[in-house]
Amino acid sequence: MSEKEKRYEELKEIVANYLPEDVPSQSISLESHFINELNINSANLVDIVLDVEDAFDIMLENEDMDKMTTVQEALRIIDLKIDNKS
Amino acid sequence: MENRVVITGLGVCAPNGIGLSNFGEALSHGQSGIRFQKDLNRLNFSCQIAGSPNIEEIDLNKYFSKVQLRGLEASGLIYGVIAGKDAWSDSGLAPAKDDAPDWESGVVFGTGMLGVERFRNAIYAVDAGNVRRSGSTTVIQTMASGISAYLGGMLGCGNQVTTNSSACTTGTEALIMGYERIKLGKASRMLVGSCSDSGPYIWGGFDAMRILPNSYNDNPEEASRPMSASATGFVPGSGAGALVLESLESALERNAKIYAEVIGGVVNSGGQRAEGSMTAPNSRAVQACIRSAVKNAGIAPGEIEVINGHLTATTKDPLEIENWSSALGRKGKDFPFINSFKGMFGHCLAAAGSIECVGTVLQFERQQVFGNVNCADIHPEILKTIHKSCIPQKSFSYSPKIMAKASFGFGDVNACVIFKAYSKN
Repeated sequence: MSEKEKRYEELKEIVANYLPEDVPSQSISLESHFINELNINSANLVDIVLDVEDAFDIMLENEDMDKMTTVQEALRIIDLKIDNKS
Repeated sequence: MENRVVITGLGVCAPNGIGLSNFGEALSHGQSGIRFQKDLNRLNFSCQIAGSPNIEEIDLNKYFSKVQLRGLEASGLIYGVIAGKDAWSDSGLAPAKDDAPDWESGVVFGTGMLGVERFRNAIYAVDAGNVRRSGSTTVIQTMASGISAYLGGMLGCGNQVTTNSSACTTGTEALIMGYERIKLGKASRMLVGSCSDSGPYIWGGFDAMRILPNSYNDNPEEASRPMSASATGFVPGSGAGALVLESLESALERNAKIYAEVIGGVVNSGGQRAEGSMTAPNSRAVQACIRSAVKNAGIAPGEIEVINGHLTATTKDPLEIENWSSALGRKGKDFPFINSFKGMFGHCLAAAGSIECVGTVLQFERQQVFGNVNCADIHPEILKTIHKSCIPQKSFSYSPKIMAKASFGFGDVNACVIFKAYSKN
């Protein structure tokens, strides 16, 4: 598994914790929109951001959070932050 | 026309029993829920004992979604949701369907402070300049109305959904607020009750006031001694109680089980005048509250057979007995049976009134009057007012028709409610 694939798997695990009871974790895909498709409560996006910070040892700004509307966008921002670190 | 109001559901999360059958058995057999608390010992409390519900035995997934359980630290909220959802299902009601709320159902669920543990962690984050890391649920776990908001959402209530707060009167006041709402035709069903957090941050203020017992740390079950000559203060507690109140019409329509009828209830305040103060009751107000409740219920004082007192196990217990006696004009052997459940689980503060209302109503169901514990040595001042036979030392079989329950709280506030065994007429 490549580094990026690992990140995707890790992100899926985090997101799965905030899915409503009636949304199975298998429904998370790269294209998934957190609020419109996965039905995640917008308040919980804050918690996803905090979990992502802990998992990848990065810090996300408010602007980053605004852009994190889909799984793909979140991954792109995570990759960027990690690349900037090294 | 005013509605008659009946009780169709009960739920409880008490230090000596979670769920109706555990709680009823514990009250019936005088089982204590008061235990030594390691954290209070570590923190140098004078009083190192307390009563708190043992929720480790409960599968919280039955009550909360996994998202709701993440970072859930508000113990009062957990107790309140257990009691509230249990009461709702006990009454045979289901949550509202997904597309619309139940406009005829509401919630009045009180508390003193909610989620202090959560608040503490949020304060640490704020003080460290790291507020952004405190997560999304600080507000909903620490706003006082968090408990009614959680319950209202879980059940889909579309009527009034609110939280009241009046110190140790809170639970009984919530019941009276729901009762009045249904009586006036503003709702058909009200989930009423109250909850209180556990832990040093809730109980510490009382320890600082030196009003908790400090000589029973090795002997917790004997510490809470309502009406006893050797009472030295109240044992702090926590938990939640909940009742479903319903218009008789709605209850009959859906063929619900009826535990009892609420026939009257009054709240008042002594205004912290005369001998009343922030922390002491004005006896005239206490008596007026009891008298008005009796009048409101349309009964004669002589009809009350059982009283569940506030009776916290402080030096004020003899005064409370005197107030009941004066208010009802009954003394000696003519006085009703009186009990206090606080001997078994301590003073659950904001949750006290609702837990004790549930216990009081269970006496109809079990056809029993629950006995007092830890008061074999009845306070001599009390025996000047009433006969010792009025203070049962053990539970006994009896089918009371009318019972009174009162709660009194800091701020010189009072609440008294009258329950009656249900009969058609």
